[in-house]
Amino acid sequence: MFIELFLQYLVAGLTYGTIYAIVGIGFNIIYNTTGIINFAQGEFVMLGGMTAVTLYGFMPLPAAILGAVLITMVIGALIEITFIRWLVKPTVVRMIIITIGISILVREAALCLWGEGVRSLPYFSGNEITALAIGEVRVSPQVLWTLGVCTVIVILLNIFFRFTMLGREMRACAANRDAAALCGIPTKNMVTLSFILSAGIGALAGCVVSPITYTQYNIGTGLAIKGFTVAILGGLGNSMAAVAAGFILGILESFSIWVMPTAYKDAIAISILLVILFVRPSGLFGNREMLRLKEF
Amino acid sequence: MVLLDVRNISKRFGGLQAVKAVSFVVEQGMIKAVIGPNGAGKTTLFNLLSGFLLPDTGTILFNGEPIHGRPPYQAAARGLARTFQHIKLFSQMTALENVMVGCHVWSRAGFLAGMLHLPRTWQEEREIRESAHDLMDFFGVASLADIEATSLSYGQQRAVELARACAAEPTMLLLDEPAAGLNMRETADIARLILKIRDRGVTVLIVEHDMSLVMNISDEIIVLSYGEKIADAKPGSIQKNPDVVRVYLGEDDA
Amino acid sequence: MLSARHLPILAFIAVVIGVQFLAQLTGKEFFLTQLTMTAYYSLVIVGLCVLMGFAGQISLGHAGFFAIGGYTSAVLTTLDLMPQRERTFIALLVKLKVIGVRPDLYGGTVLTIHPWIACLIAILLTIVIAYAIGIPVLRLKGHYLAMATLGFGTIIYSIVLGTQRFGAADGISNVPPFQLLPGLSVSGASGARIQNYYVAWGLVVVAMVLLGNLIDSRVGRALRSIHSAEDAASAMGVDTARYKLNAFILSSVLAAIAGVFLTHFNGSIGPSQASIMKSVRYVAIVAVGGMASLWGTLLMGSILNFLSLRGYFGIFDDAVFGGILILIMLFSPEGILRFNLIGIAKQFLHRVQGSKDAA
Repeated sequence: MFIELFLQYLVAGLTYGTIYAIVGIGFNIIYNTTGIINFAQGEFVMLGGMTAVTLYGFMPLPAAILGAVLITMVIGALIEITFIRWLVKPTVVRMIIITIGISILVREAALCLWGEGVRSLPYFSGNEITALAIGEVRVSPQVLWTLGVCTVIVILLNIFFRFTMLGREMRACAANRDAAALCGIPTKNMVTLSFILSAGIGALAGCVVSPITYTQYNIGTGLAIKGFTVAILGGLGNSMAAVAAGFILGILESFSIWVMPTAYKDAIAISILLVILFVRPSGLFGNREMLRLKEF
Repeated sequence: MVLLDVRNISKRFGGLQAVKAVSFVVEQGMIKAVIGPNGAGKTTLFNLLSGFLLPDTGTILFNGEPIHGRPPYQAAARGLARTFQHIKLFSQMTALENVMVGCHVWSRAGFLAGMLHLPRTWQEEREIRESAHDLMDFFGVASLADIEATSLSYGQQRAVELARACAAEPTMLLLDEPAAGLNMRETADIARLILKIRDRGVTVLIVEHDMSLVMNISDEIIVLSYGEKIADAKPGSIQKNPDVVRVYLGEDDA
Repeated sequence: MLSARHLPILAFIAVVIGVQFLAQLTGKEFFLTQLTMTAYYSLVIVGLCVLMGFAGQISLGHAGFFAIGGYTSAVLTTLDLMPQRERTFIALLVKLKVIGVRPDLYGGTVLTIHPWIACLIAILLTIVIAYAIGIPVLRLKGHYLAMATLGFGTIIYSIVLGTQRFGAADGISNVPPFQLLPGLSVSGASGARIQNYYVAWGLVVVAMVLLGNLIDSRVGRALRSIHSAEDAASAMGVDTARYKLNAFILSSVLAAIAGVFLTHFNGSIGPSQASIMKSVRYVAIVAVGGMASLWGTLLMGSILNFLSLRGYFGIFDDAVFGGILILIMLFSPEGILRFNLIGIAKQFLHRVQGSKDAA
C-alpha cells in the first residue's frame, strides 16, 4: 500500500515536472538568444491549452492541437515584434517590467475571451478512468502521453540546436550577438525565432497536460514562477539541466503534499527558488565563474 | 615609511593566472606607477588592492593593517581611495553631488538624522558642500558644479572623478589609467594635477599605459608581465632594463 | 526657517484641504472614503519609490509587507482572549492596559489587544522579516532580485490564503477601530469620514517630509550613488549592503503602516491585499510617476488609485495597470512627467530611415 502511494506521488511529480521543465526550457531558449527573462512564458502554456479546447469544438483533436500550437507561435512572434524588437539596449529592469506587463495583458485578454471557467481537452487515449498497470502502479495513459511528448520535444530541440544550420545560428547568436551579426546571421530574426520556438513548445506542453491538470486563464503566472525556478535550479541557459531540475521540483512538490496541507504546495516551489537564489544562484549544474562575469 | 605593503599576491580566474606572487611596497609621499602590456594583470592588481577581488594567496598591509579581502567600502574608510579605468561618475547627479559623495567616509549623518533633518546635520552638510566646492576649485572645475556629471566632456569627467576620490581625504590614491582617452594637452594637465595631489601629502599608485606621463612624474615604476613583476625601480633604470624592453617590444629577430 | 524647498509640501497641504472642502461643497462626501484609501496606498507607493527609484532595487513583492502589517494588526485586535482572562499573564496584560475589554459586533464583550500595541507589534514584525529577507535578497541583482521579491510576495499570499487562522479566502473582518487619541479614531464610521481623511493624508504629508529630507541628505546621495554605479559607491566608502537593506526596511515599514491603518479603516482585510497584482500595481505606479520622483509618483499614484477605486476601469482594472507598465517602459522609462514626444518621434524616424538604408 505504501509503495503504491509512493509511486503514485512519484508519477504525479514526474508529470508536473516535465511541464515545469518545458517552461524552463522555454525560458532558457529566449534567455540564451536575448538575455531577456520572459515573464510571459507561462502564458504560452495557458494559450496552448485554451486555444486547443476552443478549436476542438469544430475540429478533430490532432488538428486542434496543431492549430493551437501554430496560433500560439504566431502570438509569440507578434509579442516579440510589437514589444521587444525595437527597444534599443534596454536595461534589465525595463525588460522585466515589460514582460510582466505583457503577461498581464495576455492573461486579461484570456479572461475576456474565455471567462473564468476551467477547461480541458479530452484524454488523448481512453478517458479519466482508464489506467494502465505498469508494475505496481496504475498510470493514466495521459501521463505517458505527457512524458512521451515532452521527451520528443527535448530530443527534437537537441537535434535542432546541434545539427541544423538554423539551430547553430541561434546558438551563435546566444554566444555572441555582435560576432554572429558580423557573420551575416540575421540576429533580429533569431530573436523572433526564439520566441516562436518557446511559444510552440509551451503550447504543446499545455495541450498535452490539460486533460490531467485542466486549464484556466490564470495558470500562466504560477507556471512562470515554477518554470523560472527550474531554469535557475538547473543553471540559467542550460536546457538539459532544466529537465533534471524539472523532475526534482515536480517530485519535491508532489511529496510535499504528504507533509503539509495542499494549500501550501505553491509555496514549496518558491521556497526552493529562494533557497537556490540565496545559496547558489548559478544553479546545480551552473558555472560559478560564468555567473559573476555575466552582466545584469 | 612604508604605506602599502603587498606580499606575494596571487589571483587566478579558472585557467588564467592573472596575478602571480607579486610583492612590492609603496612608501609614503611617493608616486609609484604600475606599467605593463595589455593583459599583464594591472587592473586585477588594483581590484585586489581596493577590495573588489579576494586574493588567492598573499597579504596586503595598508598602514600596517591587513586589508586584503575586505569589502571596498572599508578600504575607503581606512584612507585608500581609487578611480576607475572607465570613468564611473554617478549619473543623474550633478558634478558637485558626485564630489559630495566622496565626502561620505568622514561624515556621519545616517537614515534617522537624514529624515528628521536634525540640526546637527546642518553643520555637517555645510562642511561637505564647502569641502566639495574647494576640491572642485583645486581641480579647476568649480564652474561645472551644477551640471549633470555624465554630460561633461571626458577630460572634465576625469577631473571630477579625481576631485571625488580626493574628497575622501585619502592617505593613498589608486589611479586606474587616469590618462586613458585623453589627448596630449589633457594628459599634461592630469600630470600636473597628480603632482599637486602628491604635494598635498597624498601617496599615489597609478596604473598607466601612457609612457610620457609615467616617466615624467613617477618616483618608482613596477613592470608587470603576464601577472608577474619583472622590474621595480626608478624610471631611469626601467628604461634601460632589457627585460622590460623585451616585454614591450618583443624579441629581436636576428 | 521656511524656504523654497518647503513650497511643494505647503502646496500639497493646501491641495489636500482644498479637495476636502470641494467634496463637501459639491455634496460628494462619499468620495472621501476612496480618497482616504488612496492616501494609504500612496504611503506604500512613495516608500517603494525610494527603494526602486533612488536605491535602485526592484521589489515585486511589496504587497507582502502591506499584508504583514494589516494581517498582524487584524489578527491581534480580533483575537478574543476572554476565555483566558483568568490566567495570570493575561490579567497582568489587562492591568498594563495592553489588552482591554471592548464591545463586539453582536453586543457581547471581548478581550482583545489594544490597537496601538498591535500596530507596534506589526511594525516590529515587519522590521524583523524585512531584515531577514533583505539580507540574502539584496545581494541579488536584476532578474534574480525581481524573482526573489516576487517569490517572497507569493509566499506571503500563499500563507494568508491557505491558513485558517488568517481567515483563508475570506480574510479577517470585524476589525475594531483604532483609537489614536481620545476622540480620534481610524475607522469606517461614516460620521468619522473627515477625521479619517485628514489622518490618512496627514500620514502622507509626514512621509513626504521625511522622505524628501532623506533624499536631500547624505544618505539620499549615497542611495542614488548605489543606484547609479554600485562599485564606485562602494569605493567611495558607502556600505552598499547596509544602505540597501535600510532602504528596504524603511519602505517595508511604510507599507506595513499603510496596511495597519487601512485595515482598521476598512474594518477588514483579505488575501487580495497580498496578491501579485497588487505588487505589480505599486511597481507600475512608481514607474509611471517617474522612478526617481517622489512627487510625480505621489501624483500619479493618487490619480490612478482613486480612479481604480471608483471603478472607472471596470473589469479592465488589472489590464489597465498592465498596459500602463508596458506603455511607460516602452516609451518613457523615466516616467510620464519626462515624456519626451520629440525624442520618441526622432527615434522612430531613425529606425525607419535605418531600415530603408539597409534595404
